[in-house]
Amino acid sequence: MKLLFEKSVPGRALSILPPLDVPEAPVPENLLRAEKPRLPEISENDLSRHYAALERRAFGVCDGFYPLGSCTMKYNPKVNEQMAALDGFARAHPLQGEQYAQGCLEVLFRAEQILKEVTGMDAVTFQPAAGAHGELLGLLLINAYHRDRGDTKRKKVLVPDSAHGTNPASATMAGLEVISIPSTASGRVDLEALKRAAGEDTAGLMLTNPNTLGIFDENIQEITRIVHDAGGLCYYDGANLNAILGVARPGDMGFDVVHLNLHKTFSTPHGGGGPGSGPVGVKAILKDFLPRDQVAKTDDMFRFFDPPKSVGRVKAFYGNFSVVVRALSYMLTLGAEGMREVAEGAVLNANYMLKKLVPAYEPAQPGLCMHEFVLTLEKLKAETGVSALDVAKAMVDRGMHAPTMYFPLIVHEALMVEPTETESRETLDEAAEAMLDILRLAREDPQKLHDAPVTTPVNRLDEVGAARNPVLRYQF
Amino acid sequence: MGSYVPSTEEERLEMLRAIGLERMDELFASVPEPLRVETLNLDRGLSELELQREMRYIAGRNRVFRSIFRGAGAYNHYIPAVVKSVAAKERFLTTYTPYQAELSQGVLQSIFEYQTMIAELTGMDASNASVYDGATAAAEAVNMLVDGKRRVALVSEGVHPMTIETLKTYADGPGVEIRLVPLKDGRTDLDALKGMLCDSCACVLVQSPNFFGLIEDAEAAANIAHERRAKLILSMNPTACALYKSPGELGADVAVGEGQPLGLPLSFGGAYLGFMACKAPLLRKLPGRIVGRTTDRDGKRAFVLTLQAREQHIRREKASSNICSNQALCAMTAAAYMAALGASGLTEVASQCHAKAAYLREKLAEVGLKPIHEGEFFHEFATECPIDPEKLLCALADRGILGGLPVEGGILWCATEMNSREDIDEVAAAVGEVLQ
Amino acid sequence: MAHIPSELLYAKSHEWVKFLSDDTALVGITDFAQASLGDIVFVNLPEAGAEVVAGEVATDVESVKAVADIVSPVSGTVSRANAELEGAPEAINERPYDAWIFEVSGITGREELLDAAQYGKFCAEEEA
Repeated sequence: MKLLFEKSVPGRALSILPPLDVPEAPVPENLLRAEKPRLPEISENDLSRHYAALERRAFGVCDGFYPLGSCTMKYNPKVNEQMAALDGFARAHPLQGEQYAQGCLEVLFRAEQILKEVTGMDAVTFQPAAGAHGELLGLLLINAYHRDRGDTKRKKVLVPDSAHGTNPASATMAGLEVISIPSTASGRVDLEALKRAAGEDTAGLMLTNPNTLGIFDENIQEITRIVHDAGGLCYYDGANLNAILGVARPGDMGFDVVHLNLHKTFSTPHGGGGPGSGPVGVKAILKDFLPRDQVAKTDDMFRFFDPPKSVGRVKAFYGNFSVVVRALSYMLTLGAEGMREVAEGAVLNANYMLKKLVPAYEPAQPGLCMHEFVLTLEKLKAETGVSALDVAKAMVDRGMHAPTMYFPLIVHEALMVEPTETESRETLDEAAEAMLDILRLAREDPQKLHDAPVTTPVNRLDEVGAARNPVLRYQF
Repeated sequence: MGSYVPSTEEERLEMLRAIGLERMDELFASVPEPLRVETLNLDRGLSELELQREMRYIAGRNRVFRSIFRGAGAYNHYIPAVVKSVAAKERFLTTYTPYQAELSQGVLQSIFEYQTMIAELTGMDASNASVYDGATAAAEAVNMLVDGKRRVALVSEGVHPMTIETLKTYADGPGVEIRLVPLKDGRTDLDALKGMLCDSCACVLVQSPNFFGLIEDAEAAANIAHERRAKLILSMNPTACALYKSPGELGADVAVGEGQPLGLPLSFGGAYLGFMACKAPLLRKLPGRIVGRTTDRDGKRAFVLTLQAREQHIRREKASSNICSNQALCAMTAAAYMAALGASGLTEVASQCHAKAAYLREKLAEVGLKPIHEGEFFHEFATECPIDPEKLLCALADRGILGGLPVEGGILWCATEMNSREDIDEVAAAVGEVLQ
Repeated sequence: MAHIPSELLYAKSHEWVKFLSDDTALVGITDFAQASLGDIVFVNLPEAGAEVVAGEVATDVESVKAVADIVSPVSGTVSRANAELEGAPEAINERPYDAWIFEVSGITGREELLDAAQYGKFCAEEEA
């Protein structure tokens, strides 16, 4: 399909602006740009059709099953979109003053109260724009805490080898050295290795629980105790909170700081890669270090305040506010009971689907899973040449999104499946059936799977060529 | 009240039995007993009708101003209807990051188009797919330019104060040093900049128009930086980019900025859009997702996320940035906005902003608010205020007008194409009344 | 089986070294290394004048889905880098022993290096 630039015809334009009603104010010649940017010139009808055509070449939660492990692609309730678009929110200037923005402050305040209860934390900031951004802030808070105590030797952060790639990258941005902690054969943190690694140079531990293998580490209290005994703090990566929402709380497990992904657990849409929101919750010991512009309720007014030892700011203004409005709407809809139903539904759906796939597919870990499970296709690949990638692409041809592939890194030929709680039993049945059918095909006619997908506008892409000779913009 | 779980009680029991269990809590057998929560201390869930009522009540507690003369990093612009319809498309809204390229050509192409438009607007060779906002774009730019030897970033005091705060927070972890370059008559003191440059300086960051709305001599700043082999990061308002010399023309190595003026609502500060573009030699240091052109097996043109070896999921602790989620939908909105306006439309928006601001400045001066700075400005300017600014601004608010932002020494005003001549005359008259 | 020319020396981190004189050598990555990395898409060439230390990371190469460090087998100063790889990184996949990455001069020390036979044995063990 053509690019906007290829549809451009000089002179075409929309009629948007009225004529200037004040005297012209010429800009001196030497400040003016020499050449106009080559932006498209297009009619409104053509522009509308262009995006309609692009939309047909995409796949949303609105189109079908989306079992992307670790991404929690649940249904995005429509009412939340309407709420974020209300004039009172959408037209609020971020610096219009707290007396004129009481509604916005109330959104931040109430969302904070609910998330405190959900996580077992004592304060929450909404400034981080995404999970990785929250990780960075969380680690900076841990740094600030140690420094405030005059404890300047703590430069290492312990990260299990099953962690998301953002964990080590965030640690580097926070000036910390990553010490990788191996997993045991059963996918848990190796306690002996943890004990050896934890010491007076430990700033903290970063952990996802349930982890990326979909396993809740039942030693969690022992793990956080080992780190605390060594003087470190514990960071909870909330990417997988959906599994335990309303059932268990990171604060009770011994974590001191958590980040949440509102675009995963709290139903805000992913938007093709953002905007997300990565609020950070902390225990009382870290409260004073939070970023500026926390919200307090005094008498009948909501007010901004700066924590006394604030680390400053990780973003302009107060975070992705419009995303927080959506998440608050969702949380108010759920209430306590609804939260628990989310976790129960997510874990039930994952186990139901896993049960249908095993033993035809080999799980990376035996037994019950939490909200997601990991399959390993290592044997299938050895036997038939069909890889996890091939199976994923074949799923696309059967009307669903592919699962997460090749993650976690410690599992070979991994497919990570997270059905979420908002899928019906029929959808799970159909998806499982399709996956079993693909497996049959792998043994009968593997070439068909190497060729998948065939139903999409393009087939498999030359990624090597794209990276060797990068073309990152239209060549006029 | 609802959790969007479709299965009925009976279905759930059947599904439980299918996996060999009897009760829901058996699913959580691996969660140690003492960690289980009986019930969260939260209100009962709301029905959709109740939710609407509740949220509308909260939204109603905000003042919606009839006329806005405040900017300072968030600008009130007209958003064409067709742009809003693009931003609201359900499939774009609910789709994931386009890792499954065959299934995501629409999203990938839209980002490729966005990258092209940002590269054109900034006069740079390449753009990424967006970062969180203008402040974090500046911080990411500093991070991409510092190395083992060059650990200092010189930052003009004319940069938005929240950007400076963000830079300082980001710099704290890896031990990058932020040194502030003072202003002289509201603009970066270039002599001071020259004196502060040293061999450990990785980059210079200048914002133009700066926080006070003034056009900086970024070209001179670039030359000064380059003499000592430091890079220039130029933060620019994207609307201004259509009218004034682009970062590329001014000699910048990296261009960053807040993309909110490109069709994004004010929304109390987010979700906005950080844009980031660079010259070709720096391409492999650019953080964040990038879309590239390629072909499929049949030779058909296609798009794909590329240069991924730069990113956190591959480079892990050696990545220069941890960013993964960005502001994709905001970037698509910005692209639709730029396409809807075209170059002449965007230039017209910029010219009107400037003309309205010039008119406002003159009218306010007539009633007693004297401009603080001389020289060229875009659509913002600072004035003195002979009375307590809060008193003046409250009086304006009572008339449904959001006046300028109180800053040291006075008030920072802004005008855009949204402010009609009548609005401007009205605010000037109101200011005149209060001052008397 | 990976190709291992007998006239070169090898590091356990899979770089090859070709001594041009007592204190000057070319460094590249081995056939074994390029095969396990897959299609190489970018070579991060070190700048001339950079100091390298034997056993420490000097630079890296990228494939689509991986990054591999290149450890310098010798200590000295980079005297030049192979600019041809800028436009044609695939040369490393096609001719790993011609596609040298950088040249080190003023060599002051080296890692414990293997000869072809020893390196072949080492690779066989790694694969097992």
